[in-house]
Amino acid sequence: MSNPSKPTPPAGAADRLDVLIRDKSFRGADGNTLNAISEIAFSAEAGSFTTLIGPSGCGKTTTLRIVLGLDRDFEGHVQLPGGSGRTAAVFQEPRLLPWRSVEDNIRLALPAELAGTDLEPLLQTLGLGEMRQRYPAELSLGLARRVALARAFAIEPSLLLLDEPFVSLDEDTAGRLRRLLLAVWSARPTTALMVTHNLREAVELSDRIVFLTPRPGRVRGIVDLDRPQAERDLVWRQARIEALDAAYPGVL
Amino acid sequence: MAPERSGRRPAARSRWTDQPAGLTALSLAILLAVWWIAADLAASRVLPTPAAVLAAGWRDLETGEMPFHLAMTLMRVFAAFVLAMAIGSAIGIALGLKPRANRLFDPWVILFLNIPALVIIVLAYIWFGLNEAAAIGAIALNKIPNVIVTIREGARSIDRQLSEMAAVYRFGRWRTLRHVILPQLQPYFAAASRSGISLIWKIALVVELLGRSNGVGFQINLYFQLFDVAAILAYTLAFVAVMLLIEFLLVQPFEAHSTRWRSRPA
Repeated sequence: MSNPSKPTPPAGAADRLDVLIRDKSFRGADGNTLNAISEIAFSAEAGSFTTLIGPSGCGKTTTLRIVLGLDRDFEGHVQLPGGSGRTAAVFQEPRLLPWRSVEDNIRLALPAELAGTDLEPLLQTLGLGEMRQRYPAELSLGLARRVALARAFAIEPSLLLLDEPFVSLDEDTAGRLRRLLLAVWSARPTTALMVTHNLREAVELSDRIVFLTPRPGRVRGIVDLDRPQAERDLVWRQARIEALDAAYPGVL
Repeated sequence: MAPERSGRRPAARSRWTDQPAGLTALSLAILLAVWWIAADLAASRVLPTPAAVLAAGWRDLETGEMPFHLAMTLMRVFAAFVLAMAIGSAIGIALGLKPRANRLFDPWVILFLNIPALVIIVLAYIWFGLNEAAAIGAIALNKIPNVIVTIREGARSIDRQLSEMAAVYRFGRWRTLRHVILPQLQPYFAAASRSGISLIWKIALVVELLGRSNGVGFQINLYFQLFDVAAILAYTLAFVAVMLLIEFLLVQPFEAHSTRWRSRPA
């Protein structure tokens, strides 16, 4: 664990996220089968931040969907981390209900035991304090993504999956959101698994980076970054990016 | 020189016909005038003037007969509407979400869609007797296939991304239905109830004519035997007026409420 101040769930092998996916294929519209994943296997310690990185079509999003339980047609196994047993997801699109206010969008996701929770601290941290009664159509993409993050953390998940949560934002907004994500994640015992094709993002956020090959996806290499996220300054990040680019050319 | 752009509407001119309400009033006034002139020219009992229709309506209003029959018809329309929307929506959503069930039951839907209203009414009276339940059931049964077809179309176009979100966050059946599925079907409910309410009241009159001893349909049949066209038109217009009131006082405010999230753009 690279973040000493972060609350961690009790240790134990069963608390890890363990993923093994073999020979996942899709049947295309033309009837041919498309082999998406050859073999992807990795694990993530409880409370850690793991990133899957690779080119388009390497099976990153498919892996997330399998971990989420949205795709059950695969060979292998997925062991979810312990804790609350809840899984949250931040998708590429915010996926908010347009006909419900920001607050209702978050409250609807809450499990029964968290029903009356005070959302104020979380909303304040994410800069959404004034937005409670707005409808999603009134929000910019950046704000809508924050609401999606708020919804994800509000359920106090033991596992959080992020599918390129910062794409199609300008670099300033994306950077601010990444720092918000780190702040909220660091304060909670949540295991995070993110998919991205942005190496800078991966180096800023991750404890562990899993590099994937082009389709059919295989693990190209696994790299652990041991410095706590809060202490990763620009110089350190730049050095890591250059080192990783040399070791895994073509990702940057 | 660059071409100049100008708006289509000249700013200074504002006539009362530019108001939507003004135009509606003008349109109705023209219709009334055409009717009055035609009735005057015909000078016959079978085409009474608006004044004669008003007098006939006033006569039945004073005796309390017209409010009673209007209320009876309205009760049947309302009961049949609620029944048809509830049953039709439930079946429509189920068929729209489950393609296998849809393939199994689609022939049934087509069959019921094509049974003439009159056949359903007559059979309902024969099988279940000349009673209120048979009457309301027959009206509802005529409408249900229409509701199914409309709502099924809506359920087929449900946003899968939102359904996945609901699955990940464990919304459960009831929350998913209420907060994810039903709001997406709102335009389809609006379409089904709009086309439904007018169809239902037309069928309700036939049902009353064939097997009830009250209601607008019964009265129209009575005045048909008496050849009293003024009274027939009075009942027709009175019921249309009631339906318009329902449209403006109930349907439109409800629609404005359920689409409030659309009306405030970023």
